[in-house]
Amino acid sequence: MPQDFASILGDLKKQETLEITQKWLASGKDPMAILNDARRGIEIVGQRFTSGEYFLPDLIYSGEILKQVTEMVAPELKGAAKVKKLGKVVLGTVAYDIHNIGLNMVDFMLDTFGFEVYNLGVDVPAEKFVEKIKTTGAPIVGLSGFLTLSFNSMKETVDAIKAAGLRDKVKIMIGGAQMNDDIRKYAGADAFGRDAVAAVSLVKQWIGGT
Amino acid sequence: MGKTPEELYQEREKRFNDAIQLKVPDRVPIAPHFIFFGAKYGGLNCQEAMYDYDRLAETTRKTVVDFDLDVYMNPSYLVSLGPMMEILGERQFKWPGHGVSVDSTYQYVEKEYMTADEYDAFLNDPTDYILRTYIPRVLGALEPLKMLPNIPGASYFVGLLILLPMAFAMEPVAQALEALARAGQESLKMLSRLEAFDKEMAALGFPSMLGSYGWAPFDCIGDHFRGTTGIMLDMYERPDKLLAAMDKLTPAIIGTAVGLVQQSGIPRCFIPLHKGLDGFMSPQQFDTFYWPTLKKVILALIDQNIVPIVLWEGDCTSRLETIVDIPKGKAIYFFESTDMHRAKEVLGGQVCIMGLMPSWLLCTGSPQDVRDYCKRLIDVVGKGGGYILNGGVGIPDEAKPENVKAMVDFTKEYGVYK
Repeated sequence: MPQDFASILGDLKKQETLEITQKWLASGKDPMAILNDARRGIEIVGQRFTSGEYFLPDLIYSGEILKQVTEMVAPELKGAAKVKKLGKVVLGTVAYDIHNIGLNMVDFMLDTFGFEVYNLGVDVPAEKFVEKIKTTGAPIVGLSGFLTLSFNSMKETVDAIKAAGLRDKVKIMIGGAQMNDDIRKYAGADAFGRDAVAAVSLVKQWIGGT
Repeated sequence: MGKTPEELYQEREKRFNDAIQLKVPDRVPIAPHFIFFGAKYGGLNCQEAMYDYDRLAETTRKTVVDFDLDVYMNPSYLVSLGPMMEILGERQFKWPGHGVSVDSTYQYVEKEYMTADEYDAFLNDPTDYILRTYIPRVLGALEPLKMLPNIPGASYFVGLLILLPMAFAMEPVAQALEALARAGQESLKMLSRLEAFDKEMAALGFPSMLGSYGWAPFDCIGDHFRGTTGIMLDMYERPDKLLAAMDKLTPAIIGTAVGLVQQSGIPRCFIPLHKGLDGFMSPQQFDTFYWPTLKKVILALIDQNIVPIVLWEGDCTSRLETIVDIPKGKAIYFFESTDMHRAKEVLGGQVCIMGLMPSWLLCTGSPQDVRDYCKRLIDVVGKGGGYILNGGVGIPDEAKPENVKAMVDFTKEYGVYK
């Protein structure tokens, strides 16, 4: 039996993945089914990343393959039923910090796994997080930061969420190169994640648990 | 009877060099490297620090003297950049007053500054590509340089006598050259202040840690040309071109680093690394893409009697067995969060280790937390020499001064070799 689509993508065989997509589209296969298979492929990538077999470049490359598959499928998706999203997550890099690689990886992974992501971008003031939590009702907030100056911005963001009376309505996770459990405590967040795959596990755990 | 500054200078320089050469010094040297910490400690914001050479020098001196460091790092190379950035219309950074707050460090804008389809142009003639495509793209004031003629084409009379001089008669090119000259004046002013500062500090008895900068060729392409995402995709989609581009840059990186040593007279070169850490690539990718050209840079500097001070950012524990393969006692490996036990086990007796004091502890911990951690570092990594105490990536801009003081004082007291 030939290898299935998800494991071909999981093996990062870009050419083959795109050829199968092309063939399937030509034969009239349901575009949503193709995307679901592709997502299973990314799931394999995520598992291999967690087990230490894959690394950041592999994750980025899988994102590139998925992007190309999605671009090929997109014209066929018009009018297709909207996918039901699993839950809402507000993301952003905290005030004064403009780093976005980790932020965008988390956005990509959460989106791929079916969550509705509100990515506020970089250098996001605390009030903007508060406002977005209010308007979306998102139960999860992800704070990203790379520089040591983000330690205080994270703490200030959590404090602002507290001051707005929203602290018990949201779970807050932090991530970024220097983050660890001590900074999580310092900032007053609920969890820290080492990478984008860890962020997905946290979100799944929280959304599933409520 | 106190020691003279000259005696103190010799003593500190010897302590630092003994650690590098893996001899047992009188005590663990304490050499905290800092960028904006000194300026902030002296009451400047980041914007003032980046523009005012004299006040940066004053606050640096105050920091080195108040904390009584063994060896200091002159922060000017990494801080006194404001006037040049402004005159040249720098687009790769946001800096205080230009996209980030006056209290924030300058930050790099992650982007593809060279597109994937430009590798061929780069490989064919890097000088022409950098002069007429890259520089006009990243420095706004020099954008008109894209109007220059193809440089190798100016090697015979139509090019040499007509096209080349004509380009310089164009108003935008003339303005670009004027901006370049003004930036050059600032750069000269900054460098002469920097050199004078190092002399003043030497007269007070404090040696300077380094006088030169180098890069891993992979980081150079990744940070400045292709961007993080771009270079990671290149490892899959165009590995041969990426390897060729790194080969092209390697001699240029070595040449610049050696040139800076000749200019500064300080035979130590700082090589901060960004993209080779654990997780950022597999061991196999590290062996293929990252280490070979970096090793060339390190060996070339050692060959010229220059001590490479290689900052391995993040956790590089899985790289230790590979990177130990350099000449004994000739370099410093500066670690952020690599496992201290494994580092000592693998590198001890081969390469001097520096750093490892966590940034977050210096920013958010208490002096007692810092002393406790210092004790562990001195016990484990300092055992038998070959260790220099420093923050994981130096002293963070936001470190609490009382924590830095605790780190320095404790090391002087506890770090004595008996």
